[in-house]
Amino acid sequence: MSESTNQLLDNLNALAVGLFLLTAFGIVAMRQARGVLNLFIVQSLLLAASAALLGMRHQTEHLYGVALVNLISKPIIVPWLLRKTSPSEIYTRREVTQVLNIPTALLIALALAILSYFLAQPLLKAVAPEFRGPNVPIGIAGLLIGAFTITVRREALPLLIGLLVMENGAFLTGISISRNLPLLVELAIATDGLVIVFIMGVLTRAVQKQIGTTAVGELATLKEAPFEPTESEPTK
Amino acid sequence: MFNHILFNLIQVAVVMIFAPLASGVLARMKEFVQSKRGPSIFQPYRDLWKFFHKDEIVSEDSSWIFRFTPYIVFVTPIFVALLIPVLTNYPLFFAFMGDMIGGGFILSLGGFFATLAAIDTANPYGPIGASRTRMVGFLAEPVFMIVFFTVSFVAGSTIPYIVQETWVTPLANFFMPSHVLLVLAFLMLILAEGGRIPVDNPTGHFELAMIDESKSLEYSGRGFALMKWGGYMKTFVLMCIFLNVLVTPWGLAGDTTLGAVLLAIPKVLLKIFCFLLVLVVIESSLSKLRLFRIAEFLGAAFITSVAAMIAQIFLPSLK
Repeated sequence: MSESTNQLLDNLNALAVGLFLLTAFGIVAMRQARGVLNLFIVQSLLLAASAALLGMRHQTEHLYGVALVNLISKPIIVPWLLRKTSPSEIYTRREVTQVLNIPTALLIALALAILSYFLAQPLLKAVAPEFRGPNVPIGIAGLLIGAFTITVRREALPLLIGLLVMENGAFLTGISISRNLPLLVELAIATDGLVIVFIMGVLTRAVQKQIGTTAVGELATLKEAPFEPTESEPTK
Repeated sequence: MFNHILFNLIQVAVVMIFAPLASGVLARMKEFVQSKRGPSIFQPYRDLWKFFHKDEIVSEDSSWIFRFTPYIVFVTPIFVALLIPVLTNYPLFFAFMGDMIGGGFILSLGGFFATLAAIDTANPYGPIGASRTRMVGFLAEPVFMIVFFTVSFVAGSTIPYIVQETWVTPLANFFMPSHVLLVLAFLMLILAEGGRIPVDNPTGHFELAMIDESKSLEYSGRGFALMKWGGYMKTFVLMCIFLNVLVTPWGLAGDTTLGAVLLAIPKVLLKIFCFLLVLVVIESSLSKLRLFRIAEFLGAAFITSVAAMIAQIFLPSLK
């Protein structure tokens, strides 16, 4: 392939990855649960795009497979599973209860992104020069920001999305450092993710049945008071 | 040499003449989206004509700042129009005087005096709007800085004529993440600085909710016309910087003939029309943010611009 095409593909991949980082910031900052889910869908599409572009760049079918698996599992099956399992109240909720206010949370996420650059340096030295794309540091940034989302959010659905953002970040790093990631591994990870979504969705529903809300951040203390059946009766 | 001075003056004339038109077209298209007929696209010219022929009333208790501000607000966009590529992709006679940061400073000088003038007459609504404008300005300032730093980081220069070359040579550079993210951040800045809808409602006439408009509340007659015209030109100049330097550096005159420069005028106006279409979509589909949400809007712009810089830092690891 010609030099200029390669450069174009590199830049397009870098663009997809850069927008990936932006969606990660968006997931930290977004107020509504539905907005978080939509941003996650966009992020997964960008991940698939990055995989496809890297596949074109390095001419490997494996990465196309990864892109396809991602395209089907995350933007389509995950929202569908969530809709089936978790209570619909979760989507209408305007979530304002974060542990930190939004600008602070964003600044910390920004610091994490810069930190990831330094974390990525030793890893970048280990891989072949042609794989030293922007995917590695930004994938690590996605991982950290996802973990950060889990820390500051108090609502069940954004917590779950934070977990999936971590997974997306790990994927983004994974597709760039090796040419032949076995498809089986990818499939296994993708299925894993779906199982996590399923379990979390069911769990959220159970929590909502039990305490009438999905704001799991309020479940901070264990009740040691004697068991009173009238209070813990599921709300109708 | 003579040509370059002439083209520079043509550039200024284009900004002066077509700035009200852009505003009129935008207003008309917005009304059209709302299923109304709307005023003619030439209404801003008629307004300006009318205001220039009305008496001007200046409060006895106001100082020289109040009297001078309309001229400063009117002149600063003209100065910037001398510096930036409006019609040509090569620097003209006065372009040596400043780069993009210089242009930003000159524009903010106009804003500074407008704020002072709003406080000057001690009208109760002026200071409210002035302090709000300052709030938006303070929050927008770091974003401007990061955008300029990233631009100079990527292009190695803040001179607009070099910057616009960088994005398209080779064409693959157009898709650099830093470029696209910068464009997003700058778009949000234009919305905030121009007092457009997610930040401020330009058509609102309720004094307590005004941000940008309240600065000219006390003006009448010629002063008001100059303030208004200056406001149109500021928006036009910002759009020119955005379109000609950052987004689409095409359609500008490449040779030093008069014909090429005149031919560039419709092309630039077409670009601005396309941008106005985007602006109409944004303005018609979003609602005005509450005052304290503006900080979050500009925070998002800040994050976008920093993400552009981060993406640029991450790129060299390719080599």
